[in-house]
Amino acid sequence: MSTSTRTPEVIAQTAPSRWRWRVVDIVVAAVLGVAIGLVFWGWNVVGGAWFGAADAVTPGLGGIAVGIWLIGGVVGGLVIRKPGAAFVVEVVAAIVSMLIGNVWGVSTILSGMVQGFGAEIIFALFFYRRFGIVVAALAGAGAGIAAWVFELFYGSSPNILKSVEFNSIYLVSVIVSGIVLAGIVGWLLVRALAATGALNRFAAGRELVREV
Amino acid sequence: MSAAFPARVQATGWGWRYAGRKRPATSDVSFTIEPGERVLLLGASGAGKSTLLAGLAGVLGDADEGERTGSLLVDGAAPESQRGRTGLVMQDPESGIVLSKVGDDVAFGCENLGVPASEIPSRVAQAMDAVGLDVPLQRPTKALSGGQKQRLVLAGVLAMQPGLLLLDEPTANLDPDGVAEVRASVERAVDATGATLVVVEHRTAVWEDLMTRVIVLAADGGLLADGPPSRVFAEHGRTLADAGVWVPGLDIDLPHLPAASSDAARVLAASGLAIARDPRAIVQSGLDVHVPRGSATVVTGPNGVGKSTLALTLAGLIPEHTGVIESAEALRGKRGLRPIQWTSRELLTRIGTVFQEPEHQFLTQTLRDELAVGPKALGWTASRTAAVVDALLERLHLAHLALANPFTLSGGQKRRLSVATVLAASPAVIVLDEPTFGQDRRGWIELVALLQEEIATGTSVIAVTHDEGVVQHLGGHRIALAAQVVHA
Amino acid sequence: MTVLVSAQPRAWLDGVNPVTKLVLALLLSVPLFASIDVVSGLVAIALQLLCLPLTGLRLSTLARRILPLAVFAPLAGLSMLLYAEPAGHVYWSFGFATISDDSISLAIAVSLRVIALGLPTILLFGGTDPTELADALAQVAKLPSRFVLGILAGTRMLGLFLDDWRTMGLARRARGVGDTGAIRRFFSMAFVLLVFAVRRGTKLALAMEARGFGSDIPRTWARTSRLHGRDAVALLGGGTIMALALAAAVWAGTFRFVWS
Repeated sequence: MSTSTRTPEVIAQTAPSRWRWRVVDIVVAAVLGVAIGLVFWGWNVVGGAWFGAADAVTPGLGGIAVGIWLIGGVVGGLVIRKPGAAFVVEVVAAIVSMLIGNVWGVSTILSGMVQGFGAEIIFALFFYRRFGIVVAALAGAGAGIAAWVFELFYGSSPNILKSVEFNSIYLVSVIVSGIVLAGIVGWLLVRALAATGALNRFAAGRELVREV
Repeated sequence: MSAAFPARVQATGWGWRYAGRKRPATSDVSFTIEPGERVLLLGASGAGKSTLLAGLAGVLGDADEGERTGSLLVDGAAPESQRGRTGLVMQDPESGIVLSKVGDDVAFGCENLGVPASEIPSRVAQAMDAVGLDVPLQRPTKALSGGQKQRLVLAGVLAMQPGLLLLDEPTANLDPDGVAEVRASVERAVDATGATLVVVEHRTAVWEDLMTRVIVLAADGGLLADGPPSRVFAEHGRTLADAGVWVPGLDIDLPHLPAASSDAARVLAASGLAIARDPRAIVQSGLDVHVPRGSATVVTGPNGVGKSTLALTLAGLIPEHTGVIESAEALRGKRGLRPIQWTSRELLTRIGTVFQEPEHQFLTQTLRDELAVGPKALGWTASRTAAVVDALLERLHLAHLALANPFTLSGGQKRRLSVATVLAASPAVIVLDEPTFGQDRRGWIELVALLQEEIATGTSVIAVTHDEGVVQHLGGHRIALAAQVVHA
Repeated sequence: MTVLVSAQPRAWLDGVNPVTKLVLALLLSVPLFASIDVVSGLVAIALQLLCLPLTGLRLSTLARRILPLAVFAPLAGLSMLLYAEPAGHVYWSFGFATISDDSISLAIAVSLRVIALGLPTILLFGGTDPTELADALAQVAKLPSRFVLGILAGTRMLGLFLDDWRTMGLARRARGVGDTGAIRRFFSMAFVLLVFAVRRGTKLALAMEARGFGSDIPRTWARTSRLHGRDAVALLGGGTIMALALAAAVWAGTFRFVWS
C-alpha cells in the first residue's frame, strides 16, 4: 500500500467540491431509503387499499394517496443536499418496497426513478442551495407531476387510455398530495430528525442545533 | 501473523472544533507515543477522547465539518493518508459490521486497500485466528453474539495489518463474557503483531495490566496526566474517580442493603411459570418466583437465559406462556390481579419499567414534556404535573436540560431521564433491565443510590443485571436463572 | 480460491449473474408495454411459468407470492373498465364512468398484464443474495463501487428494525399510552426508528471509512463476479419469450399498440 506524504496543512485546507458525496452521505442516503421503503411497504397496505379502491371507483381521486410514495425524493434532497440525492433515496426506497413484496413489480423501480427525478429537477432549479418549506413543497409537486406523466404511458394500465376528466382530476389530486404528504410532511420530518441531533454531520442538522 | 511495523504517534497542540459547535471538542493536546506502546486514554465525559481517536484514524472529516488547530501525525504523515495503517474499533458492534457474512466482512478492509485478491483469503484466516474467532466464513454476521461481533470487527481491522490499533470503549455494550473474550483477543492480537495500542475505556480494571501508559485528557483542554498506570492512578485517583473512571482500588461509598427476609409480604408471585417472547420458543419453564415488597429483587444468569423476558413478563408487558402472575391485593386492577390484564394507564401507577435502551421509551421533544407523559395519561391537573416534573428534574440533576431534546442527552443522562419518567407516577414496583449497562462510575453511583432511596421509601425494585456490584449493593432477594433445555 | 462456497444445490438461475437477471427483468416487462391485449399477456405468463423449474422456487412459494398480484389485478382492471375512453357498444354510463366494449376488453387485458409484469420479479429475485447483487453491479455493470457498497451496507440495517419495533411497542404500553391512539403510536415509533437508522448509518459510515473505504485507492474484490455463457442463454430465452408473446398477439389479430 503506498502512502502519500502530503503535508498536514495541505490536507486540512483542501476544501472538497461542495457536490461530492462523502461516504456518510451515501450510507445515510441508503439507510433513509430503506427506512422510507419500509414506510412505503406499510403504506401500500393501507394506502394501496385506498388507492386501489379510489382509483377503481372514482375518476382520479386515487391520486390523494400517492403523496407518501413521493416522500423519498423530498427527504433525500433535504438531508443530503447534493446532486442526485433525491433520485437515489427515492430509488432505493422503491427497490426496498418492491423486494419486500408489492404488486407493481419491476415498474416500481421505473416509477421510483421518474418520481425521484421529478423532485431532483426542483432541487437543481434552485442550484441545490435552497431547502426551505417552499422548495420542499415544490419538490413534492414535481415528483407528483413526474409520476402522473409516467403513468400516462407506462405501468399495467396506462392512463392515456382513460378519459380526459379522469386524467385531469388525477393530476390535481396528485399535485396536492405531493405538496402536502411529500413536501410539507417531508420537511417537518427532516426538522424533527435534526432536532434529535442525528443529523449533526449534515448541514440540515447543524442549522437547527441549539446549544443548551 | 506477519506484522506491519508499529506506528509512532505525535500530537502537537492539537485541537478540533466540530462545525456548528461553539466550544472545541479537544484543544492543546500534545504527546508522543512510541511504536509498540500500549496507552490507556482516560478523561471525563466530553473531554474529547472519541474525537482524538477519530482524529488518529483520519475520519474526522474535511474543512466543512470542523476546524483543526495544531497537528496530529501518524508515522510523520497526516492520519487521513494513513488509512489502513490505523484501525478503529468502536463501541457498537452492530454499526461496525459492514457485510452480512463473516468472511466477507473481514475481507472488506483488504479489498479497500487494494490487496491482491490472491492474498486476501490468507489474511482473513490469519486475522480470524489472531482474535480466536472460530466460526465458519459463511456464517451470517447477525447470528453472532455481542462478544463475537466485536471480535469480528477486530478481525476485520487486523486483516489490514495496521500499525496502530484504536479501540473506543470496545466492551461498553457487552456482557461480562463478551468483555473477557474481547480483552483476550486484543491481548492476543497485540502480542502477535506488536502494534501500537490506544484504548479508551472507563472500565480500567479489565485493561490495566495490559497497558504501559495512561494519558488523561483534561475537560478544558490539554492533558491532566501522562505516565505509567500505577503513578497516574496513585496521583490522580480521586480526580479520575470523580470524573467517572473506574479507578482500580477505590471503593464505592454506598451501603450494602441486607437480604430480604423470606416471610416478607409479596407484591408479585407466580408458580409453575413458563415465559417466552415468541410462543414457539419457551426460554424458561416451571419457575416459582416471587417479588418481596419494599426490597430489591435481582435477576441474574448467563446471556440468553431469559432474564429480560422474565422481567418484562413480571412487568405485565409480555403475556405468560403458562402459569399466572398475581399481584398483591393492594394492586388489584379493574380486571383482576394479573398485570398483563391491566390497562396501560393502570400499569403506570402499579409497575414502572425502565428498558435497557432508554431511547425506546422516548416520546416527546423536550425533557419537560417527556416527564409529563405519565401524569397527562393519568389526567392530572397542569399544576400538579408541573410540581412533580420540577421536583424530579431537581432530584435527578436534569433541571438545566429541561428544554433539551431527549435524544441529544448523554448516555448517563438518558438513563436518569428514563428512570425519572417512571418515578413520575410513583409506581409500587419498578422494573429495570440492565440499569447500569455502559455506565461510568459517576452514573453508576447515582443510579444505585437512587434505587436505594426508592427501596427505603417502600418501593419494590426488580433489576435484571450482570453486575455483581449491583447485586451486592441492592441486597434483597435473588432469582438466579440457569439455562434450561425446554421441550415445547 | 474464493471465500464464497455455497453448500446448497443451486438452481439453474443461480448461475446467472445478477446484472443479467436485472436486464432480464426489464426485458420481460418493457416490450409488454407496447401492446395492451389479452393474448400477449396470457402467452407471456404461460411461457414464464413453464420456466419455473429453472428458478428453483417451490410452487407453494410462488403461489404465496403471486397472491397479492392476483388480488390487485382485478382492481386495476376495474379502473380501466369504468374510465377508459369509450368505444364500441356502450353498456352503462354514470357521471364520468362509462362501460363500453373497448373498456371491457381493455380491463381484462390490463388485469392479465398486472400479473405478467409482476411475475418476472417474483421468479428472478426470489433468492438473490444482496452482496452478490452488489458485487455484480460494481464489477459487471461498472457502477461506482462507493455507491453500490455504501448502499449495500446501509441496507443491512433493515434486519435490526424489527427488534426495535417490538421493544418500542412494549415500551409504550409501559408508559401509559398503549391503550389508545394506534395511528399516533405508529408514527411516533416510525420516527424513532428513523432516528436510530440515521444514527447507525452515520456510525457505520465512520467504521467503513476507517477501514479505507471511499478513498482513491483502486479496489480489489475478494468475490469476483463475471459473465458466463449461461447469461447469454438466459437473455436469449427472455427475448424469445417476449417475441413469442407479441407474435402470438399479432397472429391472433389482437395486437393493439398502446397509443393508438
